[in-house]
Amino acid sequence: MPRLSVWLVRSALCYLAIGVLAGAVLLINRGVFLGPWVGRLQPIHVEFLLMGWTVQLALGVAFWILPRFRTGRERGREVFAWVAYGLLNLGVLAAAIGQAIGLPPAVPLLGHSAEALAAASFALHAWPRVKVFGSDH
Amino acid sequence: MPLLTRWFIKAAMVYLVAALLCGVAMQGPLADRLPVVRALWPTYLHLLVVGWLTQLIFGVAFWLFPKHPSAPPRGSDRLGWICFALLNLGLLLRAVAEPLQGLGRPSAPLLVASAVAQLLAGWAFVINTWPRVRER
Repeated sequence: MPRLSVWLVRSALCYLAIGVLAGAVLLINRGVFLGPWVGRLQPIHVEFLLMGWTVQLALGVAFWILPRFRTGRERGREVFAWVAYGLLNLGVLAAAIGQAIGLPPAVPLLGHSAEALAAASFALHAWPRVKVFGSDH
Repeated sequence: MPLLTRWFIKAAMVYLVAALLCGVAMQGPLADRLPVVRALWPTYLHLLVVGWLTQLIFGVAFWLFPKHPSAPPRGSDRLGWICFALLNLGLLLRAVAEPLQGLGRPSAPLLVASAVAQLLAGWAFVINTWPRVRER
């Protein structure tokens, strides 16, 4: 597994561990009221599990297993994938924590924008790799 | 394909069907006659995202992620099965508890048990998978 995939998948596992904890507290709160603060965990639960875990895991596995090139760099323009990794994690943290602790709306907006840019950057990386195995086109 | 993966994937397919049937029930005439059906939204969402998507990921990851250089190659089989059992127990408890809550019946113990089971399942997967995520 290449280094970037290790980073993406391990980051995804961290988000899974925290996201399910937030979800468990939210579910317990529906049965046994723990306090009004528990509602603030909702954006952490959603952002961490949908973007931090599921999307990030998919990017990590895609970077690992998509067809490679026979000439030049075997995984093509890796820099775009690294940029996607950075933007995605900044975006998830800004969107989730920004909403959870009630930061100005510009913070989650920037977070979601960073997530969208991360998706575009990863697409720039992966687009040429969506090809027939063994060919360079 | 290891036995645990087959169980994860087959269970995931069952949840996909169950979730979509739940979605049909929420849209159909049943929703007008039984208000509890309209309260199934969180159950529907979690059957789909946890029961189908996450369970499919768990199964495929257990099968295809890089193996340990030393035995056991896929981490602890026992922890994998505990993860499978807890995840499904937690989901089934939630599928019972949420409609009960919608009907105003006591459901707190089931909700708490469901939350704890799903939490431990997620952590079991992380613990079992982490050492397999490494550079070759």
